[in-house]
Amino acid sequence: MTVAATNASAPMRPQSRPRMAQFLFAAALCLAVAKLALPDGLVRPPDWLVWPFADWFNAVFSFIRDDLGLIHVTRAFADGLESVLDVTANLLYGKNRWPRLGPIPWSVIAITAAMIGYAINGWRLAAFAGLTFVWIAAMGQWQWAMETLSVIIVAAPVSVFLGLLLGTMGWKSARFRLVLNPLLNVAQSLPHFAYMIPVVVFIGVGAKAGAIVTIIFSVPPMIRMTMLGLQKVPSEVVEAGHMAGATRWQLLRHVRLPTARTELLVGVNQVIMQCLAMVVLASFIGMPGLGQKLLQLLQALKIGRSIEIGITIVLLAIMLDRCSKAWAVKQPVHLEKGTSWLMRHKLLVIWAALVAVFWALSLVFPILHEIGRRDALSLAAPLDAIMDWIIGTLDPVTQWLRWFLIVWVLIPLRDGMLWLPFSAVLVFLMAVGWAIGGKRSALVCLGYFGLIAMSGWWDRAMITVYTVTFAVFIATLIGFPLGIWGSRSKARAQAVLLVCDTLQTFPSFIYLIPVIMLFGVNDVAVVGAVVLFAAVPLVRYTIEGLRGVPEAQIEAADMSGATRRQTLWSVRLPLALPTIMVGVNQSVMFSLFMVIIAAFIGTQDLGQEMQRALSSSDVGKGLVLGLAVSFMGLMVDHLITVWANRRRRALGLS
Amino acid sequence: MSPSQPVISCRNVWKLFGPRPESYLAGLDPAAGFDAIRADGYVPAVRDVSLDIARGEMLVIMGLSGSGKSTLVRCMSRLIEITGGEIDVDGRVIGALSERELIDLRRNKMGMVFQNFGLLPHRTVLDNVAFPLEMRGQDIHARRARALEVIELVGLAGREDYFPRELSGGQQQRVGIARSLAIEPDIWFLDEPFSALDPLIRREMQDEFLRLQAMLGKTIVFITHDFDEALRLADRIAIMKDGAVEQCDRPDRIVMNPATDYVAKFIEDVEKARVVHARALAQPVDGQTLTGAPVDGSKTISQLARLLVNDDRAILPVSGPDGRVIGAMDRQQALDVLLGAAQ
Repeated sequence: MTVAATNASAPMRPQSRPRMAQFLFAAALCLAVAKLALPDGLVRPPDWLVWPFADWFNAVFSFIRDDLGLIHVTRAFADGLESVLDVTANLLYGKNRWPRLGPIPWSVIAITAAMIGYAINGWRLAAFAGLTFVWIAAMGQWQWAMETLSVIIVAAPVSVFLGLLLGTMGWKSARFRLVLNPLLNVAQSLPHFAYMIPVVVFIGVGAKAGAIVTIIFSVPPMIRMTMLGLQKVPSEVVEAGHMAGATRWQLLRHVRLPTARTELLVGVNQVIMQCLAMVVLASFIGMPGLGQKLLQLLQALKIGRSIEIGITIVLLAIMLDRCSKAWAVKQPVHLEKGTSWLMRHKLLVIWAALVAVFWALSLVFPILHEIGRRDALSLAAPLDAIMDWIIGTLDPVTQWLRWFLIVWVLIPLRDGMLWLPFSAVLVFLMAVGWAIGGKRSALVCLGYFGLIAMSGWWDRAMITVYTVTFAVFIATLIGFPLGIWGSRSKARAQAVLLVCDTLQTFPSFIYLIPVIMLFGVNDVAVVGAVVLFAAVPLVRYTIEGLRGVPEAQIEAADMSGATRRQTLWSVRLPLALPTIMVGVNQSVMFSLFMVIIAAFIGTQDLGQEMQRALSSSDVGKGLVLGLAVSFMGLMVDHLITVWANRRRRALGLS
Repeated sequence: MSPSQPVISCRNVWKLFGPRPESYLAGLDPAAGFDAIRADGYVPAVRDVSLDIARGEMLVIMGLSGSGKSTLVRCMSRLIEITGGEIDVDGRVIGALSERELIDLRRNKMGMVFQNFGLLPHRTVLDNVAFPLEMRGQDIHARRARALEVIELVGLAGREDYFPRELSGGQQQRVGIARSLAIEPDIWFLDEPFSALDPLIRREMQDEFLRLQAMLGKTIVFITHDFDEALRLADRIAIMKDGAVEQCDRPDRIVMNPATDYVAKFIEDVEKARVVHARALAQPVDGQTLTGAPVDGSKTISQLARLLVNDDRAILPVSGPDGRVIGAMDRQQALDVLLGAAQ
């Protein structure tokens, strides 16, 4: 009796959690089985449950825009930004605007990039950066690449500045952080398109809209890294600043920010990569450049030429990533005493000399100034031939795979998801939440998916859920063994991690090229792209988790006479699982992003509606759809984080 | 300000960590112990500490980790606000200073050395050392000249263009010391300055530190968890436990007369003869007749060992710094210190 009494008085007892979860699972099962007997209101979200959020958002937006006159502010800001964009556009590709100096000869830009690479990380990066620009020029893509770069050059510094500002405020004020953190959570899980619609409404389309959406999209990581960096400054360094008699501003300017340098530069790296990803996607709102070209070519199914552009984007991504990462880890080194001015500024002098030389040469040899369409090389013909051959060879396999997946997997799965009563899904999710994190998590799950049901897009959301679930499942089947294989030796792990790093720098758009090539434009291609995109973080975190197991524990297992397999299953995997789950979490996030992007090659999920909202500039609808996607991500994030933290604590790893 | 006035004076200083420390302290039973306060959900980092530090004195605060010694020194420099009591620095209540006044005090009177050096990673040795001068707005030439002077003083001449991470631990702490001395502070705080160094370097740095102190004669608060280090350096030692000062006295007096069981446990393994000076054993002469040459009162018993064993006088005269007899030492008592009391 006493035992029962104490149990009742402490509802969060460990035993009661599985019991409640079991009850909810059973209830979900009953609801599903008894579907035919259920009232309609439990099968589909009834009308009274669907609230017109989109109309409300639209009302709020038009109030802010017109009645509060925010549109004038945003237009003024956009015009200011445009004049800066005109400067870079003029310099990089000779747009006819002030200062009317451009275009700078491509050879000068290439040599500048090489010098930056050399200054940051030596010869190899120099060669890579220089050759990237040679490739762009030689392939006749200079104009488009410069259109893209001219926006990044403006957007990235603005983002970094805004991120520093907001991050510092967030670090300083706990109250501001309280507002900021949830906003950042939603912002970082909101699909790209959700950002575009309000921008189209407020700014319009074109390069400046592209720049603004890029800025908004790339600010969150900078804010986070600024807060993190400032928090991580060792207290002794701050105290040393205090004892030196630094004022608050001096402390921030001379002590905190410089000491947080590495985190801030990691933030800069993330900003640059986010910028590139977004600027490519911004082609959907009329942003000219590589992205737009790629979009056109993909839609026209010109595989060879889109591969060319894809290579350019990939090269740019790797170059920007390597340069900014190398900058982040680069530490100052002292010069010998008595070094002359010339030697101190050796690189600067050499750069100036090279610029002068190449500029002069480009006046003599126009080909160093600009490579016209006619002189440009193209790999399109041989690429097309190779691709045709590959596609032709693989055709029976891909044909069969396509047929099999569509007929036997995708359609049944989709129909199954759509058949499920929405009440059963909600109860099921609550059961999962309860099993993992108790009442609170159950309510979080109910809250997120309940809102999705209330948004009125339940069926579409279920299609997204099924695509993502299936894709992450396949990605796990691929990524997990690959990760285990990759973690066998240190050298192999490093090599695989390098590949993963590189793949992760690619803008998501790139992943569509190979799947469209192989599967054409259909659901299988979408799933393929999502699987590719989502497998990368899985491989990565599996390796990091397995390699991160403390050496002492491995040695203890070895000395206990465990075989390699026993060590893997009994020691490495259990200890690595929390880290691996972080990979699954990221994998789900990536899948959601990709599924929405892939919508333009034809899906019937939330992404397709998002595309429609974009083309009709429907802010409210776009936001509702975006938030629906975001809530799915946030729910998974919540569950996995709760689970992983609990597990880490239990294992004594935190 | 009179020269006899203490430079730093702590009166009933309390530092509590917890949800509402001030109101909790106000209602606190003065006899409440460490565990009672912990049980109420507060961490008493400093408990009712009263200390005076005289001009030119070196006070070593000794305690194990978590004893509150680092917190206490941070209260003295007001890196941490105290919960109760009062701290006077140079006759001014430090808790009542405005931000501006506090900054001025730190810019002109205080220097601090940190356990993990607290150097700015992006600045060269020279710029690190010149940092406090830069903060108070000195022009670049004056601060370079002064920084070079201090760098020379700590023996790092020729390294001024290096970055901290290019230096060894010992060298980095020399930079930390140079930085703390750049503004010519009157008060010098050292928070476990040598704990992060390996033993050989630590010894070398202690010698270096004694050399500097002999030259500069600053008022010093030195934190350590190493009792031998404390004995080696201190004019006075304050031993802390659970936030309270257990005993604060000259090293040989602590060794001879531990005030509490905790202190007694600490000195168990200390070789007393190396710590106790002859003058500490000297009793008033009281009309006894003293014969023969006096022993030097500033020598330790272990330094006098040979003499003590070979001499046959029962009572030895002890001389002060000027050579005059200041007292008489019982030879048997001295031998007990040297060899341990007879069983």
